[in-house]
Amino acid sequence: MATKKTAKKKPASPKKKKTKTEVPEEVMATVFIMGKAHKVPADATIMGAIEYAGYQLKRGAGCREGFCGACATVYRLPGDYKIYTGLACTTLVEDGMWLSQLPTFPGQKAIYDIDKIEPSVETIQILYPEVFRCVACNTCTKACPQDLEVMDYIQAAMRGDIEMVMDLSFDCICCGLCAIRCPSEIVQYNVGLLAKRLYGKYLSPKSKELEKRIREMKRNKYDKEYQELLKTKKKDLKKIYYERDLE
Amino acid sequence: MYPEYMSESLEKVTQSRNKRFELAKSGKPIYPPMNAEEREDVLNKFHPDYKVESRRKVRIGPNKGESLTTEVTDMLESHSRITSKLFDLTSPDYETDILIIGGGGAGCAAAIIAQQQGVKSIIATKLRLGDANSMMSQGGMQAAVTPQDPPTKHYLDAIGGGHFDNKPELVRALTEDGPDVAKWLEELGVVWDKADDGTLQVLHGGGTSRKRMLSCRDYTGAIILRTLMDEIRNHPEEITILEFMPIIELLLDHKGQCAGGVLYNLETEEYFTVKAKATMIATGGYGRLHIRGFDTTNHYGATGDGLVMAYKAGAKLMYMDSVQYHPTGSVFPEQIAGFLITEKIRGAGGQPLNKDGEIFVFPREPRDVESSAFIRECLERNNGIQTPSGRVGVWLDSPLIEMLHGEGYINKQFPAMHRQFIRYGIDITQEPMLVYPSLHYQNGGIEINEKTETNIPGLFVAGEASGGVHGRNRLMGNSVLDYNVFGRRTGKYASEYATKAKIGTLSLEHVDKYEKELKDARIKTKRVSPILLPYYTPEDVRKRQLTACYEGTLR
Ligand SMILES: Cc1cc2nc3c(=O)[nH]c(=O)nc-3n(C[C@H](O)[C@H](O)[C@H](O)COP(=O)(O)OP(=O)(O)OC[C@H]3O[C@@H](n4cnc5c(N)ncnc54)[C@H](O)[C@@H]3O)c2cc1C
Ligand code: FES
Repeated sequence: MATKKTAKKKPASPKKKKTKTEVPEEVMATVFIMGKAHKVPADATIMGAIEYAGYQLKRGAGCREGFCGACATVYRLPGDYKIYTGLACTTLVEDGMWLSQLPTFPGQKAIYDIDKIEPSVETIQILYPEVFRCVACNTCTKACPQDLEVMDYIQAAMRGDIEMVMDLSFDCICCGLCAIRCPSEIVQYNVGLLAKRLYGKYLSPKSKELEKRIREMKRNKYDKEYQELLKTKKKDLKKIYYERDLE
Repeated sequence: MYPEYMSESLEKVTQSRNKRFELAKSGKPIYPPMNAEEREDVLNKFHPDYKVESRRKVRIGPNKGESLTTEVTDMLESHSRITSKLFDLTSPDYETDILIIGGGGAGCAAAIIAQQQGVKSIIATKLRLGDANSMMSQGGMQAAVTPQDPPTKHYLDAIGGGHFDNKPELVRALTEDGPDVAKWLEELGVVWDKADDGTLQVLHGGGTSRKRMLSCRDYTGAIILRTLMDEIRNHPEEITILEFMPIIELLLDHKGQCAGGVLYNLETEEYFTVKAKATMIATGGYGRLHIRGFDTTNHYGATGDGLVMAYKAGAKLMYMDSVQYHPTGSVFPEQIAGFLITEKIRGAGGQPLNKDGEIFVFPREPRDVESSAFIRECLERNNGIQTPSGRVGVWLDSPLIEMLHGEGYINKQFPAMHRQFIRYGIDITQEPMLVYPSLHYQNGGIEINEKTETNIPGLFVAGEASGGVHGRNRLMGNSVLDYNVFGRRTGKYASEYATKAKIGTLSLEHVDKYEKELKDARIKTKRVSPILLPYYTPEDVRKRQLTACYEGTLR
């Protein structure tokens, strides 16, 4: 059976990957979608397979390209006791795969006023005290379809290292797979989000150029230039445009 | 991993790389940009929009007689899901100040500004909050923030890129608000890419004369939108979020003001009514209509719903004959066909190459020109590379970027891109990507003015659903800016409107009237719109689904 593997934590895939030219079109795989068996193309993504089987997705599909986290999926493979996690839109099916989608997760989000909190460990203590229950089991990291170092950023959050939380959680797509596996019931992605906002607002060095430009705009410095451009006839505007210098 | 038969062509790419690197490093032009005549020529001959069969005259409604993109005309000439007599409008199910239709960037920005002024809103959205095109933007947002880049240069780039068809006052608003938007987002907590001294990182995009692309690695949209969403969720008292509850028609009052809409619960298939003092359409674009059979970069819910709802209520559309194809959609492997490869790759020095490893176009022409040049290279000059499934594409040389900026640059700047390909055994730091134009953006939309007002009092539109800002071709980075600039403006002006508005008797008569127009124009069709979701069910399965022909529901 043609089995294409995706995420690195699944059993290592055979070195010789098969390409479409070598594989006849009709190679199919059997997958169990929420328990029901369906024959689907062996090289389909999980999302493609669900649709191929005749489902009209309402939940469980958003961006379809790995950015929104709407398509979190858990699955098992034949003869293997492990629970695997992945995104339906980017993970390929495998023969005998048993899958179920988790389109939403009831993770708690703290309510706060971003203007009134500080980028410190106290903020984490107040808003997400459960972070300090982390038992460092690393299950979150194993569950992450983005291969982020989730546990490391939770540990950084415990130390109040907001910058590190920001950096390590930057590519998080909030799919919730870490949170659903966490024995300490931490909502990792919301902690990451909080840290990113704290970093962007309070810790990131300010741009002097931007401040200067904002002051210029307040003074309406470009008002006259704009008015002239708005008056310029299309023909002349074209000339200016094609003759403009490039940086 | 690329199939064996491509190795010869890949070898040529590798061979030419050193020479191309030396040239790029020298600062000399790597390829001459086209002049006005050359641009026109390639567009006329190769842009999909310029084919006669790509347009059809719409026979009813405010734009009657105008030639629009065929799929758009089809959608406009469709039945409603409802008729007025199904509803008792004297006791609406929800009431609010502003009804915001669509929980993407424009909708979220508007809700935040409204909330800051004490104005309440309901965000009704089709999927989850944030399941939207805004979540997916990778490349960045334009804003004129450097000393060498006055906002008027940005104005000139945007209007030239749009072929001078943009509404000038909208371009002024777009470019003038840019710096403030950059600051506003940072104050909400957006993490911009910066140098250690705080200087914002700026890059080129297609059609820019100055480096002005701000970014958040290649998760720009995700970082911005998640920040906005988080802020919204911090105000549950003022902002109500209704998910999986698309709006399927607008409500008017007896004076012709827009006064809310009809909600459809996707799961229970119930309908509800919302009465609002002001209404905003922020439903984004239409990539999932798969215009002319193209693959799309867009999210699952991008079906142009706002256009048809507004049209039925009497709003005018603008430039709905113009479609944006992003030059670099992925064509291999098949599973990610149509996925976006950010323009920032070319902004950072990535080059498009033909099968002989030669550069054939300046890498940063405006998108329509660049796309047309790709199509010409493949279809006319036969210099493309075929994929096993029969697609064709050109190379996008990413390893060159590592040579230009140093090892590790791709992993730092393009983690999403790297991830997308490494899953399939393609390491873009070592090998190029295979690309072809993909359906990307709705250039036109519902006509607005700089206050985001439409010709219907009380109806505001912002973001990709609106028309006029980008003329007939949007530049990269201008639509993230667009949804922020005009989303915020809707927040302001719709709030002002809502505090004064007096809503009269609610009505759905316009829906019945439109139905009659269809009949009078002898348009016979089974089509129903808004479309809400595309379906990808195979034909044989569909034949067995006896419910597939039901009208008015998704089934
Ligand atoms: C892959 C990709 C990459 C991009 N990269 C860039 C970039 O780098 N720079 C740039 O400037 N632009 C980029 N763009 C374009 C830009 O992201 C979008 O144009 C912009 O975000 C649109 O914002 P919006 O709020 O108008 O629409 P969206 O963000 O799409 O939001 C619209 C929302 O309305 C919902 N909706 C639709 N119909 C209904 C209905 N009937 N009722 C209720 N809700 C409804 C949708 O589901 C969605 O949630 C990119 C687009 C894509 C697809
Ligand atoms: S659908 Fe958005 S991440 Fe899979």
